[in-house]
Amino acid sequence: MAGKGRDEILHDHNHDGIDRRGFLKCMAWAGTGAFCVIQGGVLKSYSLSRLPELGPKETRGELSFVQISDSHMGFNKPANPDVAGTLKAAVDKVNALPVAPEFMLHTGDISHLSKPEEFDTVDQILKSAKPKDVFYVPGEHDVLNDDGKQFLERYGKGSKGAGWYSFDKSGVRFIGLVNVMNLKAGGLGTLGHEQLEWLEDNVKHLKHSTPIVVFAHIPLWSVYPEWGWGTEDSAQALGYLKKFGSVTVLNGHIHQTMQKVEGNVTFHTAASTAFPQPQPGKADSPGPMKVPAEQLKSVLGITDVNYVQGQHALAVVDSTLA
Amino acid sequence: MRRSVSIASLAAALVFGVGALSAGPKSFVVSAQQKPETMEVKIDNFSFGPATLTVPVGTTVTWTNRDDIPHTVVSTDGVFKSKVLDTDEKFSFTFSKAGTFPYFCSIHPKMTGKVVVQ
Repeated sequence: MAGKGRDEILHDHNHDGIDRRGFLKCMAWAGTGAFCVIQGGVLKSYSLSRLPELGPKETRGELSFVQISDSHMGFNKPANPDVAGTLKAAVDKVNALPVAPEFMLHTGDISHLSKPEEFDTVDQILKSAKPKDVFYVPGEHDVLNDDGKQFLERYGKGSKGAGWYSFDKSGVRFIGLVNVMNLKAGGLGTLGHEQLEWLEDNVKHLKHSTPIVVFAHIPLWSVYPEWGWGTEDSAQALGYLKKFGSVTVLNGHIHQTMQKVEGNVTFHTAASTAFPQPQPGKADSPGPMKVPAEQLKSVLGITDVNYVQGQHALAVVDSTLA
Repeated sequence: MRRSVSIASLAAALVFGVGALSAGPKSFVVSAQQKPETMEVKIDNFSFGPATLTVPVGTTVTWTNRDDIPHTVVSTDGVFKSKVLDTDEKFSFTFSKAGTFPYFCSIHPKMTGKVVVQ
């Protein structure tokens, strides 16, 4: 039934890669997964069911990595009584990818209650993943009670401030940001002055052609501020990245896949490996969503990202655990 | 003589005590001399209920997290701060001074409430 064009952007009136119908469709895919190719800041997206129609050009590149998010180890409520099991399923999914990813990004909420044994369990499970390097940023659930001290001791080696850092792979600059500290009453996620200054300095001398991947827990775009799904000072951060031809922003926190393109910046949120949350405004609160047990794995997932040198393109592929 | 006076005053005290008890729990709120009241705030669906609670000085307020997600109760002005509260966990604070005490959940800062102490 999915004829050509049904699953891709067709109504790009402003030529900015943003199509409202396409965007909403992407949102509706939460749970089924999406394959996205970004070229020169323009997003093309296909439902996962169309993956077999796509050539190797879209699925291979100089660099591929996987994003996982929101493992919430320690959560044991009806929405998912076995978060260790679904994290293992996510690792199986990663290990089954046709091209082994070079590394993994974990975009936070590793643990549910910041307990040492929760972090230990995640570390143990991720040891069985083929990619050995995992780069973390904290979620608000990882910095409870101790202002992130434990998180920094475990995962923050060589990082600055509350745990922000950068590294280079295959000519791509990866930047891990922390926006879950010092949250103010009534507010959203916050990066803060010190981190923003560091970011400005970090990218100042980079060539404009350097592809940038920014990853942080809370979305760096305004997904749904009513539920706190956004970051107060993200505009300032993105301002420092304006000069770059290709910027990809990867986030977690909202437990569903969502994406949009704004100029040269592509925003993408990953599914959780633990439990789904409702679509913005579709429930009284963003609390865990209980789905029938047989459907759970179809609303959890991982994100596989490919970078093809010279194409200014990052292909973002979401896979469910089903 | 002295002895009968003290017995009489003791009897009076007993009568007063019984009278206070039989007046029911409402009398405790009215009298500042009585044992402090305890009030409840329930955390449901990412919100504090009631969002504004007005209590007399000396009241102990107990928050109970009834969500499937952990929350905290943190005074905006640094007056009180709970540890993280998992499902069904409680936090109590006794308000010994009059004033307005705004608070929020430091994990989900969109969740705000206040206690007005009179």
